[in-house]
Amino acid sequence: MKKLFKLIAPVAVLAVAFAAQSASAQTLKTVKDRGMLNCGSNGTLAGFGLPDAQGQWTGLDVDFCKAIAAAVLGDAKKVKFVPLSAKDRFTALQSGEVDILARNTTWTSSRDTSLGLNFVGVNYYDGQGFIVRKTLKVNSALELAGASVCVQQGTTTELNLSDYFRANNMQVKTVTFATANEAVKAYDAGRCDAYTTDASGLYAERLKLANSADHIVLPEIISKEPLGPAVRHGDDQWFDVAKWVLYAMINAEELNITQKNVDEMVKSTNPDVKRFVGTEGNYGEQLGLPKDWAVQIIKAVGNYGEVFDRNVGANSPLKIERGLNKLWNKGGIQYAPPVR
Amino acid sequence: MSTDLPAGSPPVRVAFYNDPKIRAVVYQVALVAIVAFLVYAAASNAIANLQRAKIASGFGFWFNTAGFDISQTLISYSAQASTYGRAFWVGLLNTLLVAGFGVVLATILGFVIGIARLSTNWLVAKTATGYVETIRNIPLLLQLLFWYNAVLKTLPEMRDSIKIPGGIVLNNRGLFLPDPITGPGFHWVLFAFAAGILGSIVFYVWARKRQEQTGQQAPVFLTSLGLIVGLPLVVFALLGFPLTFGFPQAGRFNISGGMEILPEFAALLFGLSIYTAAFIAEVVRAGIRAVSRGQTEAAYSLGFRPQPTLRLIVVPQAMRVIIPPLTSQYLNLTKNSSLAVAIGYPDLVQVFTGTVLNQTGQAVEVVAITMAVYLTISLVTSLLMNIYNSRIALVER
Repeated sequence: MKKLFKLIAPVAVLAVAFAAQSASAQTLKTVKDRGMLNCGSNGTLAGFGLPDAQGQWTGLDVDFCKAIAAAVLGDAKKVKFVPLSAKDRFTALQSGEVDILARNTTWTSSRDTSLGLNFVGVNYYDGQGFIVRKTLKVNSALELAGASVCVQQGTTTELNLSDYFRANNMQVKTVTFATANEAVKAYDAGRCDAYTTDASGLYAERLKLANSADHIVLPEIISKEPLGPAVRHGDDQWFDVAKWVLYAMINAEELNITQKNVDEMVKSTNPDVKRFVGTEGNYGEQLGLPKDWAVQIIKAVGNYGEVFDRNVGANSPLKIERGLNKLWNKGGIQYAPPVR
Repeated sequence: MSTDLPAGSPPVRVAFYNDPKIRAVVYQVALVAIVAFLVYAAASNAIANLQRAKIASGFGFWFNTAGFDISQTLISYSAQASTYGRAFWVGLLNTLLVAGFGVVLATILGFVIGIARLSTNWLVAKTATGYVETIRNIPLLLQLLFWYNAVLKTLPEMRDSIKIPGGIVLNNRGLFLPDPITGPGFHWVLFAFAAGILGSIVFYVWARKRQEQTGQQAPVFLTSLGLIVGLPLVVFALLGFPLTFGFPQAGRFNISGGMEILPEFAALLFGLSIYTAAFIAEVVRAGIRAVSRGQTEAAYSLGFRPQPTLRLIVVPQAMRVIIPPLTSQYLNLTKNSSLAVAIGYPDLVQVFTGTVLNQTGQAVEVVAITMAVYLTISLVTSLLMNIYNSRIALVER
């Protein structure tokens, strides 16, 4: 009997976790009642999600969660960030531990379907790359035959790595670690010749290496990594809210509404801007949000361009080019449907 | 209560609901029913919720292509051709490998240190005490991280590999040994080896019988050594040494060819063995202490010399005390091997509840399978140790 209990208890715990989730299909209401947004975030990746020495979280994904809190609760500070590892992130969202997962997560078909998730959109168009020591004198990923490559477990990176070298008839030795920190540390200690992850991650992790100038990022981008926030499948209202918070940030950049000028823009006579700031129509109410939802977002974190520059772009230590993440009318592919 | 009644009075009839036997059965049936209901409720609730959330369920994923690489595979495995099921077996074998070697190493080290703690030599005894008190009071995870970093940081890079005579190469990518390649006729050597083991057993049985009958002792150890080691060597020489070695070769990035022992494996094996040995040492010390001093004195007064006294009187009695807690230590070692996840060794937990769970998203199935596996490994270990324990248990006449 005791043995039977030992087996059953953890299964029952899992089941209860799932039970709790179905009770909160009304995520928007749950978040409003709780007065706090639970956001699953990275916690170790500079530029995307990282708490600083004072415990203040910063990053592109962090700002997305702050934007949701601003739109729903009117206060960007009402977010509880839950640091998640790559392999725990989906379980945390599925089980209802977090309301939204904004953790540089690649949008793929199987994650969208069989994991029971819905991807909100793409807040960073990325691709997978490699970093190597300069002393190896390697100029291309195609020269890496026979090398050892450190990689983080439970990522699309792990799969792309094996696909890429197989497609090029090359063999590499993969060494898999549970977290990015462990993988980077092992690479730094010389366990691997190369470390691979999303290109944005490579720039961020390079800052952590003992002598960051001794390492170079190889030019090959071997995969499409559209990174985006995700919510649970089956709650359309919450899915809409998350989607439109992202669109609002992109639309604001297109309409030149910034954190600085947003108070003047409220008085604007431009019909596009009037709909956006809520002085015309009831677009906020349709989402189940206050009239000035978009204004709250911009006041809290700024538009997409400002968020990008502050966290990963020109005004950040990472200094990553906007590239594909420029607006559609400036040569990139960031595009949002209009508010109307 | 019946003792209060005068002798010879008829037994008192009680109502059936007051009968302790019937009550016991009813309580047990009720408990089983409650447990069964809880399991059913939990399972059906989980299934319903999984369906509502459109999360895939079932065990169909087992046959899907894995698509990820594993650094150490004892059976053939490739990312593109193998299934999640195959990845499961790879992980399980890696767990059993490190647990098997760990148990052997920890037992040897544990017995040596346990006996050393009882030594009359002050320095030896205090060193062993220091070892036990230090190692068993530091969390295992920290020790594993220490060993992993110690292994990686102290070993040289590929270019400055340490070359050990005999074709062995050591660097921070692992230990590379020559890979034996058997030539034609090598199976005769294996036959000779098997015959040697069989012959030793026969000789042992014969020698024992003769000793019981005549009191004469035969050199069992030397004869066995000759049969098990000597015989295959003679056959091997007669066949003209049909064995070659594949030597590790330095490539541009890595050593290729030869047998590879990963630093992750070495760190995990050291960490687990050294940690568990500290506990086994205490178990051994307790076991030896449990044998009363009178036993030794009695043996001496019967004319036994110290060596046979230890072997025939003290150790067999100590083993009865040692075996049950030793079993727990073996189980602990096997379960602790799941900490491999922290240092990148591809054990069952790392491969299956790590990557496979994440790629499929089927937490309930994957975790249930993994728990069932650890439960099976532990129960089998317990069973074997219990059989051994009942064999050496004190037979009371």
